[in-house]
Amino acid sequence: MTDLTRLHAHEMSPLLRVGEVSSRALTEAHLAAAERQNHSLNAWLVIYRTEALAQADAADRRLAEARRTGPAALAALHPLCGVPVGLKDLVSVKGGQATAGSKILAGYIAPFDSTVTARLRQAGAVILGKTNMDEFAMGSSTEHSAYGPTANPWDLTRVPGGSSGGSAAAVAAFHVPLAIGTDTGGSIRQPASMCGVVGMRPTYGRVSRYGIVAFASSLDQIGPFGRDVRDAAILLHAVSGHDRRDATSAPIPVPPELLSLPDSDDEAASYLRGRRIALPREYFVEGMEPGVAARVREAVAAMQAAGAKVEEVSLPHTDYGLATYYIIAPAECSSNLARYDGVKYGFADRSSGEFIADYLRTRGAGFGPEVKRRIMLGTYALSAGYYDAYYLKAQKVRTLIKADFDAVWAAGFDSICAPTSPTVAFPLGAKLADPVAMYLIDACTLPVNMAGLPGVSVPAGLSDGLPVGLQIVGAPWSELSMLRLARAYEAITARATWRAVEPAELHLTDDPTTPSPAERMTRHTQGASATGSGGQA
Amino acid sequence: MTAAPAAAGKSAALERYEAVIGIEIHCQLKTVSKMFCGCSTEIDGAAPNSHCCPVCLGLPGVLPTINRTAVEWVLATGFAIEATVAPTTRWDRKNYFYPDLPKGYQISQYQLPLAANGRLTFDTSEGPFTVRVRRAHLEEDTGRLIHDELGGRRVSLIDFNRSGMPLMEIVTEPDIRTAEQARRYAEELRLLMRTIGASDAEMENGQMRVEANVSIRPRGQESFGTRVEVKNMNSMRAVERAIAYEIERQAVAVDAGETIHMETRGWDEARQSTYHMRPKEEENDYRYFPEPDLPPLLTSPEWLAGIKARLPELPSVRRVRYREAFGLSAYDADVLVNDAAAAALFEGALAAGAGVPAKLLANWVTGEYMRLAKGGEGSGGGAAGRVDAAELAALVKLVAGGAISGTNAKEVFGEHFASGAGVASIVKARGFRQISDAGALGAAIDQVLAANPAAVADYRAGKAAAVGFLVGQVMKATRGQANAGMVQTALRERLDKAE
Ligand SMILES: [Zn+2]
Repeated sequence: MTDLTRLHAHEMSPLLRVGEVSSRALTEAHLAAAERQNHSLNAWLVIYRTEALAQADAADRRLAEARRTGPAALAALHPLCGVPVGLKDLVSVKGGQATAGSKILAGYIAPFDSTVTARLRQAGAVILGKTNMDEFAMGSSTEHSAYGPTANPWDLTRVPGGSSGGSAAAVAAFHVPLAIGTDTGGSIRQPASMCGVVGMRPTYGRVSRYGIVAFASSLDQIGPFGRDVRDAAILLHAVSGHDRRDATSAPIPVPPELLSLPDSDDEAASYLRGRRIALPREYFVEGMEPGVAARVREAVAAMQAAGAKVEEVSLPHTDYGLATYYIIAPAECSSNLARYDGVKYGFADRSSGEFIADYLRTRGAGFGPEVKRRIMLGTYALSAGYYDAYYLKAQKVRTLIKADFDAVWAAGFDSICAPTSPTVAFPLGAKLADPVAMYLIDACTLPVNMAGLPGVSVPAGLSDGLPVGLQIVGAPWSELSMLRLARAYEAITARATWRAVEPAELHLTDDPTTPSPAERMTRHTQGASATGSGGQA
Repeated sequence: MTAAPAAAGKSAALERYEAVIGIEIHCQLKTVSKMFCGCSTEIDGAAPNSHCCPVCLGLPGVLPTINRTAVEWVLATGFAIEATVAPTTRWDRKNYFYPDLPKGYQISQYQLPLAANGRLTFDTSEGPFTVRVRRAHLEEDTGRLIHDELGGRRVSLIDFNRSGMPLMEIVTEPDIRTAEQARRYAEELRLLMRTIGASDAEMENGQMRVEANVSIRPRGQESFGTRVEVKNMNSMRAVERAIAYEIERQAVAVDAGETIHMETRGWDEARQSTYHMRPKEEENDYRYFPEPDLPPLLTSPEWLAGIKARLPELPSVRRVRYREAFGLSAYDADVLVNDAAAAALFEGALAAGAGVPAKLLANWVTGEYMRLAKGGEGSGGGAAGRVDAAELAALVKLVAGGAISGTNAKEVFGEHFASGAGVASIVKARGFRQISDAGALGAAIDQVLAANPAAVADYRAGKAAAVGFLVGQVMKATRGQANAGMVQTALRERLDKAE
């Protein structure tokens, strides 16, 4: 029998249905890998062995019952039934922690399921555990977690990207075939790119935000990680759809075709014929690594060779994306994070005996430096006398950024292709002292959030042995065609040698003497300020 | 601090100063569930924190959803005060830290209130007065802090039952000049809320909270003085007294050369005075910004038309109708309009009995009915029965037609009120009929005159009031059935003729 952890979810599903493999066996295999390797990766903040096995057994019962009932009952089951998934630790799971990577939420137990959780339960997915992240999703490297950084399985001395670095690393390391992340400025696509997996951010409003610890409400979206496009599409299908608990979720039907992206590479590749792909010149930014630019241009050339029409376009307001993002996201977070005051739950310092002083102590000790920096930025931007100059102005620029994209869709393009990140994974600690350098990592992903668009990062080869991501961006609600295009790219590169390469240092993670990412970072940052860092989300 | 005089008297200082008053009223809207979650609003008397959910506790990751009924109540209020109703509205976050505010911000409306630029007209002792209403908007209530002692330690406890209750805030322009106007405005708004059904507006249990901004300026001066916010007024009487007190306090202070400071003062019911609560050195910076969790709300013309169509007759319109269509006095019209049950009985009786004289009916409703309904003498201690509108109509017709005397009619009404028995059967069982026959009355009058020579002598000596005594004696002799008007006329004739 093959190693069960190497299976894709779309391969597990048929095996589960015919009873050739059980959810318990799948879950056991993945639990074992996660438990064995978490010491050197720190991808997981908590692993739910007991609960996961119980959910696996329940899924096995559902599968058995459906097998007895007949083919229709079996077909009615979601392909995720019995499949292990990981959740970023800001997704509320009833009875479990939701730290959002922060000390201030230590000890908080969510008394309710997020809508995403509820939908996963309904589908029969097995929740293996909660993954590491930058505190409140603020960061691009997962180094801002209060629970230590996560390592990149391709090179354990490097970051996995962020903020959903735990989810990306767990999927890359075969601990789960699928994981949930959130993307406020690139926090799914960028770590997907750096870990060599597929990561997708849906259109704003596609997935309910109810029960997801908020960072920046108007930018946050929840999306899937997988090791191929079909798997990501299956997870997207399970969690998408209108939710009356989220007033910003859209009453737009979820395309069932997400579950049936072609298995055949030839069929998948044929989708490229006649597609119009826009290549925005502003996205090949200064400071982009040549290896990254080369891989992305090769990917685009391959699609062109397969029948796509590629044209260069301009998104003239791209340059303002970063500046406006760093007004709007901090403004919203300064308000969203006001509830963490030590009064109701989580970490509290009540030593002063006076509530304002207790607030200051609780928040002073409970939040990390990057979160404090953004709360201060946002508070300033919303203050009387500055609101018009900063927040209001940023919202106007945001409209212009969105209009740039609208013009591309109006010109008849199917999608925009660009690099996901201007660099491959960088060493742990390398950018902690330079917040602006960290922020620049997200220059290519932020504008997509500002415009509320869907975007996916797919592996596009290696640069110096490290993964490079190709970003494909679609028009609002075009997830299906965007993923078809991504699947087509995957199909035309299916036989590329780099596709067969597994994360280079994965074998080291089995060795208990391998240092933990925290130990590695301490070595890297000796002498450097641990407070001078940044990164988006 | 200057010893302020009692609120009741008018000091000389008031003649030199004019008060400028703006009123802010919070009304708890009548909805089944809270503003942004499904929790029940039946929180009166409930155990602390028994009516809460993740949403109104502000747990991580929760999102608000709009209660449409609450929005409709504000829109209905907007129409009722002739305000401009926004075609599009949105929600804003008001950010501040306080332990009873679970999210660290309150969802409110800042830039685009649901209703703006309205007005409310009402009567005062100095005639009709109109107050411009600046805005009416929707927001959520906070929890409540309770300071207590537990095991010898001073602790602050929080009850979040009230957190997320739907509130409407209604803010006037600084148009009000007297404490009476302020009270009348609040009373009229309360009546309006109850009439349209938006709120029960009981001040005692916090469903309606009135705050006043009070300043004074020398008469003739354009610019406003420093304003003081007055809170904790738990009744309409308290509103009037607190504002009157505050005006006088400021006038005396200014006269004494003192400076008025921006502050929040509370009304102390026991001492009948306002006291300093906290300074208000500068406006708080609430860092308002549009609530990103709630999309803007479009008020479609159809939705608005439906709300408008469902509005009941408003108090001001009803008062005019009662005066003009039925010839009621302004006083009677007002009494009826202010009492929903009385107005319903009045309207019901009019509808039930063709040709019932409206003015006489109004007297019965505002007199006997309201006396009994309020638990007055003879009502059986307030455990009053219901009055059937058709029966009341029948009774009033009997009175108007002279078939029964007023005295007997009151007895009949009392019995109907207590037992619910029909008017006709009570009249029949008690044998009530009015004696309007001159001959029969004459005999009774003769007997009374003969038996009361002293009263007759008093009358003739110029004591006109003696007639009343003699009428009473005749009524007594006829068991209340004599036509009192005829008795009076006949008595005078006899007494004056024999002179
Ligand atoms: Zn609630």
